[in-house]
Amino acid sequence: MNDNGILQGDFFIDGDTACAEAAICAGCRFFGGYPITPATEIAERMARRLPQVGGTYIQMEDEIASIAAVLGASWAGQRAMTATSGPGFSLMMENLGLGIITETPCVLVNVQRAGPSTGMPTLAGQGDMMQARWGSHGPYEIIALAPSSPQELFDLTIRAFNLAERYRTPVLVMTDEAVGHMTERVVIPPSEEIKHYPRRKPQVPPSDGYLPYNPDPDGVPPMACAGEGYRIHVTGLTHNEKGYPATVSVETQRKLVERLIRKIRDNRDDIVELHEDQVQGADVVVVAYGISARTAARPVRVAREMGLKVGLLKLVTVWPFAENRIQELASQVKAFVVPEINMGQIALEVERCAGGKAQTILVPHAGGGLHDPDDVLEAIMRVSRWNREPETQNSKPET
Amino acid sequence: MAEELTNLLISEHHPMDSLLRQDRLPHIWCSGCGLGTVLTCFVSALQKLELDLNKVVIVSGIGCTGRAAGYLNLDGFHTTHGRAIPFATGLKLGNPELKVVVISGDGDLMAIGGNHFIHAARRNMDLTVLCVNNFNYGMTSGQVGPTTPTDARTSTSPYGNAEHPFNVPYLAAATGATYVARWTALHVRRLERSLIEAMNKRGFSLVEVISPCPTYYGRWNKMGDALEQMKQYHDHSIIRHRTDPAEADISLGGEIIVGRFVDEDKPTFCDLQREAVQ
Amino acid sequence: MKLWRKPLDQDRVVVPHGEIHLILERCKGCQLCVTYCPRSVLEMSNLFNAKGYHPPQVGFPGRCVACGLCAMLCPEFAIYVVEV
Ligand SMILES: Cc1ncc(C[n+]2csc(CCOP(=O)(O)OP(=O)(O)O)c2C)c(N)n1
Ligand code: SF4
Ligand code: SF4
Ligand code: SF4
Ligand SMILES: [Mg+2]
Repeated sequence: MNDNGILQGDFFIDGDTACAEAAICAGCRFFGGYPITPATEIAERMARRLPQVGGTYIQMEDEIASIAAVLGASWAGQRAMTATSGPGFSLMMENLGLGIITETPCVLVNVQRAGPSTGMPTLAGQGDMMQARWGSHGPYEIIALAPSSPQELFDLTIRAFNLAERYRTPVLVMTDEAVGHMTERVVIPPSEEIKHYPRRKPQVPPSDGYLPYNPDPDGVPPMACAGEGYRIHVTGLTHNEKGYPATVSVETQRKLVERLIRKIRDNRDDIVELHEDQVQGADVVVVAYGISARTAARPVRVAREMGLKVGLLKLVTVWPFAENRIQELASQVKAFVVPEINMGQIALEVERCAGGKAQTILVPHAGGGLHDPDDVLEAIMRVSRWNREPETQNSKPET
Repeated sequence: MAEELTNLLISEHHPMDSLLRQDRLPHIWCSGCGLGTVLTCFVSALQKLELDLNKVVIVSGIGCTGRAAGYLNLDGFHTTHGRAIPFATGLKLGNPELKVVVISGDGDLMAIGGNHFIHAARRNMDLTVLCVNNFNYGMTSGQVGPTTPTDARTSTSPYGNAEHPFNVPYLAAATGATYVARWTALHVRRLERSLIEAMNKRGFSLVEVISPCPTYYGRWNKMGDALEQMKQYHDHSIIRHRTDPAEADISLGGEIIVGRFVDEDKPTFCDLQREAVQ
Repeated sequence: MKLWRKPLDQDRVVVPHGEIHLILERCKGCQLCVTYCPRSVLEMSNLFNAKGYHPPQVGFPGRCVACGLCAMLCPEFAIYVVEV
């Protein structure tokens, strides 16, 4: 450990611990949380570690309070985070919306388990992916990242903090029980090698007519925090550039919502990260994310050994969705195979973007474990066969 | 009809204007609503307190009372229904230099936000909470709430409220608040003093203000016009400092015990956390 | 009609303690100031402001002791008193 309390070096730790350490490296100095399997280890680690780096940990009375406190801490100038799993994620939805409309940078980690409801607390799921996208009410755009390993959970947690500041918005790290509890080698780079996107501060003094919601050219407004003399007003109501409510102005609503959406959509190139493995020239592309991208690696390899042209497209950024890339590939490939630990969520997005130009085959899993590689392999082989013998395409109803 | 107002000077500005967002006045509150008076008392208290106003932050939930944060020329946060206290907790812990004041309604703080209220009190989080109790949900047009007296009529208790209400000071005291006071909106001087004391207090302080909602609660319960409702609350009140808050229940048309009930010192969350870590 | 000007006889009226100021357009005519002035200085006028409310006026200027209660009670930040 460095003098400043920040870890550096080679570690053999689980994903949850890696996530907490990443937050500390990223400058997170506030964590408000509520225990829930399989995210508890993040809270536990933060409770121990934050005081060592001058930060504050508080265990709130529930997840609604946790995210509310995180938003408050962010407005006090801190980088702030909370971590939860399905039931807690559901409770956080209303205040996630508050974070979005008030443009509050913060990070929310969801270590997904199998649902619905209390479901299977100790076992993996990926059933909250659409909730991540649409779970809070009203129109909005969200950033969500999906790591496949403890190392990636580390890296993406740091990236999440930077994206949160860059775009002034809550960022979701959508991991799962398998990654959270998996112990592996994690390399923590020296602090000076870790990139920090600083908070965007107003360039004018308080007296000089600072408008809290007047955006820079990229659609993101600089952020004055509480106690800095700007006397800001921040509200979850539809507001104008001054931050004042304009609850019956359809025009203000349109401008605000469009900007909130565009600041993310127009920057998709910066936000969307994909890992492509032999996608170019493939007949079949497996589109996967999180732990499922890892499970898919083996069947992809086996299929290639069988002579099939299979690519693996890993969605590191799940939201905003890699629309352009999937559209592009749809006219080049015969089918997409989408394994996910739910009954079809991201597969719907792939199918939408494929627009009928390529088949989309879901390999579902109800939750509580990882895919059997044979199921993914079978799907790859099936679509490959179809493509060779198109007349049998509809011989079997799809799941 | 007189043609001019006699013996009165017409002004453009009020001495409290520097603490108000003048570009948002007049406020949305109904004529005769107690909320404006409570806000005036709060501003007056701020003017008397020697605080760096750049470090005073107001956090509100949702409701008529919740609009208070939007009228004060301070850093102000209008959050979600019930969540002002946890948001304020994050602000305070994120920057302990801030003086964080929560101003919200009885429904916001005691129903949907009740859990947060008791836990912030239990932790002795260094916050001041100003709870404006108008015995109903004003913003949503007068439904029954957690402080509505038994038998009182509201739009969702048209036959009379069948529930027992929370006694706010008792709840605050029982859960750990270090300063607890109650006044009516007409006790302007005493309310102002309590607000000063509460904001000077380190720890969780609560000031409850009984305030008329003439538009809904007053009308449903045939309490007369705004002025009469204000007067009734005042007339029914008995000042009894240091009374056991357990005895400060409010019943429909009954007496309202007001005063400073609790004023004690104990370590705050931040104090204990600092000690524990060292 | 010069309705809202400073009274012409302002210099001649003796206001021993308090001088009442009104921000006319903020007033919502709630009568709190009039009702609770301990010295019955104020009374409601018959005039209307732009929003259609009756503002108060000073009936007995000599009685004002500049206690400031009217200002504290006013929900609208519409009235205040300057000690003279
Ligand atoms: C989650 C949620 N539920 C319900 C509402 C609707 N709502 C707005 S204000 C309010 C009640 C406010 O009552 P109170 O806190 O007593 O404030 P008052 O208006 O009486 O000052 C309700 C139920 C909401 N905004 N959010
Ligand atoms: S509805 Fe009731 S509480 Fe709300 S502003 Fe009107 S009188 Fe006040
Ligand atoms: S200052 Fe006091 S005496 Fe003078 S008008 Fe106001 S309430 Fe009456
Ligand atoms: S108290 Fe204020 S709003 Fe009410 S009548 Fe007097 S000046 Fe007008
Ligand atoms: Mg209420």
